[in-house]
Formats: sequence, C-alpha cells, structure tokens
Amino acid sequence: MTPQQISEKLKAQFSDRIREVKTEGVPDPSVKVAPEAIGEIAKFLRDDADLRFDYLMCLSGVDLGKNLLGVVYNLSSMTHRHKITVKVEVPVENPVMPSVSSVWPTANWHEREAFDLFGIRFTGHPDLRRILLPDDWDGHPLRKDYKVPEFYRGMKVPY
Amino acid sequence: MEQVLQNLLHNDILTYVIMAVVPLLWILPYALFAVWLERKVSAHMQDRLGPMRTGGWHGWAQTLADILKLIQKEDIVPSAADKKLHFVAPYLVFIGSYAAFAAIPFSSAYIGSNINIGLFYVIAVSSLVVVGLLMAGWASNNKWSLFGAVRSAAQIVSYEIPTALALLAVVMVAGTLNLQTINQAQTGWFWNWYLFQKFPFIFIAFIIYFVSSLAETNRTPFDIPEAESELVAGYHTEYSGMKFAMFFLAEYANMFAVSAIGSTLFLGGWNSPFGDFLSGPFWGVFWFLSKGMFFVFVQMWLRWTLPRLRVDQLMYVSWKVLTPWAFACILGVGFWLML
Amino acid sequence: MFETDIPKFKTSTGRSLRNEEMIINMGPQHPSTHGVLRLELVVDGEIVIEVIPHIGYLHRCFEKHCEAMTNYQQVIPYCDRMDYVAAMNMEYSYVLGVERLLGIQVPERVEHIRVIMLELQRIASHLIALGTYGLDVGAFTPFLFMFRDRERILDLFETTCGARLLYNYIWVGGVSHDLPPGFIDKAKAFCKYFRPKIKEYNDLLSFNDIFIKRTANVGVLPADVAIAYGSSGPMLRGSGVNWDLRRDDPYSIYNRFQWEVEVGKGEMGTVGDCWDRYMVRMREMEQSANIIEQALEQMPEGDVQAAVPKRIRPNTGDLYVRTESARGEIGFYIVSDGSASPYRVKARSPSFVNLSVLPEICRGAMIADVVAIAGSTDIVLGEVDR
Repeated sequence: MTPQQISEKLKAQFSDRIREVKTEGVPDPSVKVAPEAIGEIAKFLRDDADLRFDYLMCLSGVDLGKNLLGVVYNLSSMTHRHKITVKVEVPVENPVMPSVSSVWPTANWHEREAFDLFGIRFTGHPDLRRILLPDDWDGHPLRKDYKVPEFYRGMKVPY
Repeated sequence: MEQVLQNLLHNDILTYVIMAVVPLLWILPYALFAVWLERKVSAHMQDRLGPMRTGGWHGWAQTLADILKLIQKEDIVPSAADKKLHFVAPYLVFIGSYAAFAAIPFSSAYIGSNINIGLFYVIAVSSLVVVGLLMAGWASNNKWSLFGAVRSAAQIVSYEIPTALALLAVVMVAGTLNLQTINQAQTGWFWNWYLFQKFPFIFIAFIIYFVSSLAETNRTPFDIPEAESELVAGYHTEYSGMKFAMFFLAEYANMFAVSAIGSTLFLGGWNSPFGDFLSGPFWGVFWFLSKGMFFVFVQMWLRWTLPRLRVDQLMYVSWKVLTPWAFACILGVGFWLML
Repeated sequence: MFETDIPKFKTSTGRSLRNEEMIINMGPQHPSTHGVLRLELVVDGEIVIEVIPHIGYLHRCFEKHCEAMTNYQQVIPYCDRMDYVAAMNMEYSYVLGVERLLGIQVPERVEHIRVIMLELQRIASHLIALGTYGLDVGAFTPFLFMFRDRERILDLFETTCGARLLYNYIWVGGVSHDLPPGFIDKAKAFCKYFRPKIKEYNDLLSFNDIFIKRTANVGVLPADVAIAYGSSGPMLRGSGVNWDLRRDDPYSIYNRFQWEVEVGKGEMGTVGDCWDRYMVRMREMEQSANIIEQALEQMPEGDVQAAVPKRIRPNTGDLYVRTESARGEIGFYIVSDGSASPYRVKARSPSFVNLSVLPEICRGAMIADVVAIAGSTDIVLGEVDR
C-alpha cells in the first residue's frame, strides 16, 4: 500500500485523532496523531489485515522546540513490505502518553530510553526507569535546554 | 632403594624422610617444565609461538620468571573471608595429590611405600583434593567461587566411581592391589601390558579411566569448576601470589599422578616395552616418566581442542554413560576369568 | 527447559522449608559478557529464573554530541566508535541517510568500493563473534584461528585507509581514499584463502559433538517473538525468518550480485536455537566472500570524490534509514532543520534491540546456558549504550 492509502485508512478509522498527514515532498511520509490515541492506533496498525505493521523499527524522542516534545514511531510491515512513520507531540510541561510496549515489545527499551533522555512518561509501561544513565541522575540530557550539572555524587562533571 | 639408604645411613628417620622427598624432586621440576610445555603446546596448536624470549631458546625460563614474580606478589585475602580456611586450602589440595605419590612405583628399585593395598590407598587419598577445593571456594566469600567449588566437588565425587570401577577391572586380572606387584606382572614385551589382556574389556576400561581422570583433574572438557569464561576463575578467583602458585602446582602434580596411575596399571609402568632391552632400575625410571609425560601431553592436547561440557551434561556422562560401561567391563572380565 | 517451580518441601508437622533463590551478578566485569554489561541473575541452584540486563556503562552521549557538531561529516568518526567491531557498516548507514536527505547519487566506483568494504567488515565482525563464542563455551583454539584470518582483512583495510579498526572511511558522497594499487589482487587472494578456512572451522567447532550439546536446543527464540521484539540480522534469520535488508529493503547495488540469504533450519535441534544463529553467521561469511569476488570483477573506473558535496546543508525534514550490518538492522533517524549541523540523530542499534530479548529466552536455562545465549546474541556494548 502506498503511504497515501495508509493515511486514508487511518483517517477513515480515527478521523478526529489524526492531526496532520505529510505524504508528498518529504523523504519519509508521516502521519501525526493525537497523543492519547496512540495506544489504539498502534493496535490498529498492527492488527489490521491490510496494514499489518508488525515490526517497530525505531522509536525516538525529539525535542521539537516551542515547548514541545515529540515521539516518532518508524513502523514497517514484514508481510506487506510497506513503511510508515507516526508522530506524536506532547507539551514539555506534562509529557505523558500511553505506552505501546504491549503492542510491540520492542518499544519497551526504546520508551525507557525516551524517558531517560527526554523525560517523556509512558503510562502502562511495565518498568519505566532509566536505562542508559545512572538511576539517580538529575535531568534529561537530550532536551535542548539541558544544562550539564556541576557535580554528580560529589564528583565534578565537566572535567 | 630403601635397603641402600638404610645401609648407608643406619638411621630410620633420615631414610624415610629422603624416600618421601624423592617424588618432590620430580614434581617440582616437572611442574616448571609442564607449565612451559602447556604454553608451547597450546601456542603451536593455535598457530602462534608462545614464550620465546625468557632465557633465550624458546623461552625455557618462562616458568622460573613467573615463579619469581609470584613470590614477590602481595598476598591479598578478602576482608570478609575465612582466614584460616583461606590459608589452608591450597596446601590441602597439594597434599591430596602429593600423598598419592607415596604408593606409586617409580622403578623396580623405588617405591615410597610398598603397601599391599597400594591402589586403594591412592584412590582414597587423592579425594582429599575435594576438601581443599570446597574450602577454597567457601573461604573466598565470593558467590562465583562457591559455585566453582560446589560444582567441582560434585564432579570429582561423581567421577571417582567410573575411575574406581575401571581400575577394578584391572585388579581382577592382576589379583592384587599392590602396585609394585602389578608392575612386576607386566614385565616383558608390550603385549604383556594389561592394556592388551582380556581384549577388549581392559581397553575399554582404560578409555573410561582416562576420561574420568580428566574430570578428576578438572581439565577440559570437564573444567567447569575453573571455567574461565563463566566463573572468572572459579574456586581460585580470590587467590594471589604463592597460594595461587600452589593451586597450579597441585593441578599439575595431580595431572601427573593420574597419568602415572594409568600407565602403571595399563601400560606396564616402569617396564620397558621391548622386554629385556633397555630395562633395569634406572631405565625403569625413564620408561615410567615418559609414559606419564605422554599422557600429560594428551591431556594438554585435549584441553586446547575441545569445548567444555555443561554441568548437567557432565553428570550425565558420568552416571549414565561411563558407570554402566565400567560395570559392563567388570562383568566381561569376570566372565572371562571364570571361563 | 527445566522446571522453574521450586518444589516446596514440608515436614510431617506441616512446616514448609525455605528454598531461597540467590541473586548473582554477572558483570559488569566478566570475561563472557562481551563488554561492560551487567546481568542480574535470579537463580535457584543452577537454574536461572530471571535475567535483568543493566546497560549504560559505556554510554558516551553520541546523540548529544551529534547536535553539537558543526557539520554532518564530523559525525562519522563518532559512528565508528559506536559499533567498533563493524565500523564500516555503522558509518555507511549514517552516510546513506545523509545522502538520501541531500538527494545525491554516488558514482559507480564508489558503490562497488563500499560494497567490498562492507562485506569484508561483515566477515571480520563474524569472525570475532564466532571466535569469542567458541571461547565462551570453552574452545580456545578456534578463537585464535579466526583472529589470524581477521588480521588479513585488517591488513587490507590498513592499506586502504590507514586504520585497522576505526576508519572514518565512508564519507558523504564518496569514500576518503581510493583503493591502493594491488588491492584488487590482494582481496581476491584473500577470498581464495578464506573459503577452505570455513571448512576448517566447521570441522573444529561447528560439528563438534560437545559444542552441539552446548548450543543446540538452548536459547530457542521463536520467530513471532523475534519479530515482536524487533530482532534483526542473524538473530532473526536464525529463527527461520527469511529477511535480509540487503534484499528486502534494497540499497546500494546488492541486487546486481548473486548471493543467498542464510536462514536457520533447526538442523541440530530446534529452529531458533544458539546453534542456528551460530551457523547462520558461519554461512553468511561464505556468502560475503561471494559478493566480494563479484564486486571485484565488476569494478569500474572513476573518481571517488566526484560527488562529495562542498557544503552539506540538507532541507528541513527527517528521515529514517536502515541497512543490514553484521549484527542486524542499523537504523539512523536523522532530523535536519536546514542548517549545517544535525538537529537530532538517533542511532537504532541492532544490539540494543537484540539484547532486549534476552530476559525472554533465558528463562529456565542454566547459568552456563546464559553465557551461551548472551554470546549468540552477538552484542557490542559500544552500540548498545552509544
């Protein structure tokens, strides 16, 4: 299926939760959806017979500026050989959204990483804790406004 | 040799002390040589060279250099370790292997202690090693050492059984447990060796014995207790310096001890394979040592070729493969002797 | 595989005995975890009830550094250092992404050179993976044989770009140095030398009874679990899934060459066990040798720096690019804001995703098996932690 057809199918199912569709003139066609709906949309994308997105290639957090944090889901289907990107935006003051780790177990560690580096909280995640940084680290480094702390447990950080 | 010393010295205690020290005079240079040999054998099998520089020709002084280094090392004992056990363990392991040498005849003229139950004594006293290993693992206060020690105890105790059964087959043919007598019964050309008697039962018994002896000495494919890639170094993880050297010495002494027992019982011990040619008390020492060294070499060869068995597979081999076959050999030999 | 229900013994008066599990730590310093990985094992005797991996000991802030770079080209040495065992593959994935964002097409000669380097790197990486795997299960000798052969590949790399392990060779739009004279002959000689070596490894290790006992039916990864957890590369193909990005999501000129995708068939045990994954890697090396020979035959002439852009300033947009590395699917999600420095670069490393399956497949195994399973996952901590 072409990205156009995929986005049509999504719009047909979740008309009001689809925020934006960009399939022309971009290197990667994408669909931006509302954060609250991502759980159901994920299940639909995986289970629908024509879409069958069974493989989550990558889940990345992005600091979009303008006080917004984003999560980007790169999906692919091994059965139908098509790809789509799904994007979500949440405000930086309250970055909460449902987890998709029950749909694609790949997302488990990726969401932990997004939480670790951006501070995005995923509800329904079985084990949301820091993965790359030490458990008692302060702050979320990949945000654009992140300041490196002076000391960590008594050790000088920028040395 | 005992008589000679008695006549020379007229002193019981001195005689027996000298008799007891003679195996040590072999074990210490042998261990130095065996460590170097292992490094060279492994190197050439792995398409590399091994020690080349220390001492000039092919690094023959490498082990000496290592010993000198180990002597100077700081003896680190973990603070929460059981100090007394930690201290005693390596010596106990060495004593277990060394005591077995008392009853093994090095030649027709020398045997440390010519006891009638020689073989029984040897098998029994070499089990002392298990106590030492368990002590080492427990006293290190380290979960991984404990794993190594417990596995090692299970392994050695399980493999005692096929060892003893295989040796029992030979005892049935020989009719005695006295190792010197067993040796004297194999005089003549090499077809007099017990290996070729009652074919194929003793041959199979020999193979069973050899495989079990690999397990007794914790060599690959049975080196789970010191499995470097799983347990760091198993029961001797927390040892450094001379105590570590002691463990190594004990391991090589043990390797030679089991090779010596094997060659004594199956391959004629100090007997020359060519009958009267090249035989005599001093030639006996040469034949005995060469047969022992040959098996040591085979043990090293196997170590660098085979991967290691997992603990439950190891137990499976011992209880479900070797032991039944050893029983079969005994039955076979028994029937043969009766008929 | 083994009973994970701990039997509860009871005395005749009804008092039940405590049968406690033990928590034991494998790593971060451990000879077999292939780097600084901490595996927290909950064991009952020898049987593992749960494995909890802890990573992050080698986190070097790759993604934050990318944002501080003044130039897309400066990111390439950092890419090397993530997967230091298969650096060419890592560089290539990123460079492909930038080239797609810019819309440039590289010359034919560059494509051929890149394919040769990628496949040589794949062989070198698999040699390490298989050698250290043999070391994990106790076979010391194949490790040294494989490293001896890997030296030849590193010699080839060294004559080309001067580096043995971390190359900075594949640049946006081309490669940094053209092939030196004599490279083609040396590479052909290497392929001829290498094929009989694979037979030697098979004789020594792959079909050795003890090795098969240690790896067959151990760590079985069913195909649907593998896909759900996002596994890729030999992990996925070992489970019987016929999926290779070089053929199924094509890039570069792989479609011009004749080669097979190796899939695990469960010859020695179950489909998806450690032996299958091991054998997939072993057979892939031979296929890579095929590809290299064909690429060497078809090498055209040309200037390798012809398409290297003076200034790299992609349009605003984002892109996810994926290629097949020795370990699996390497992906880069690159966000560009129109300036000369990247806005966001996310590296999706295959080892990170493959490692997340470990708790699933280690349940009920013995401690020795955990070592075998972790070895068959073929992780490089540099790319797990980035």
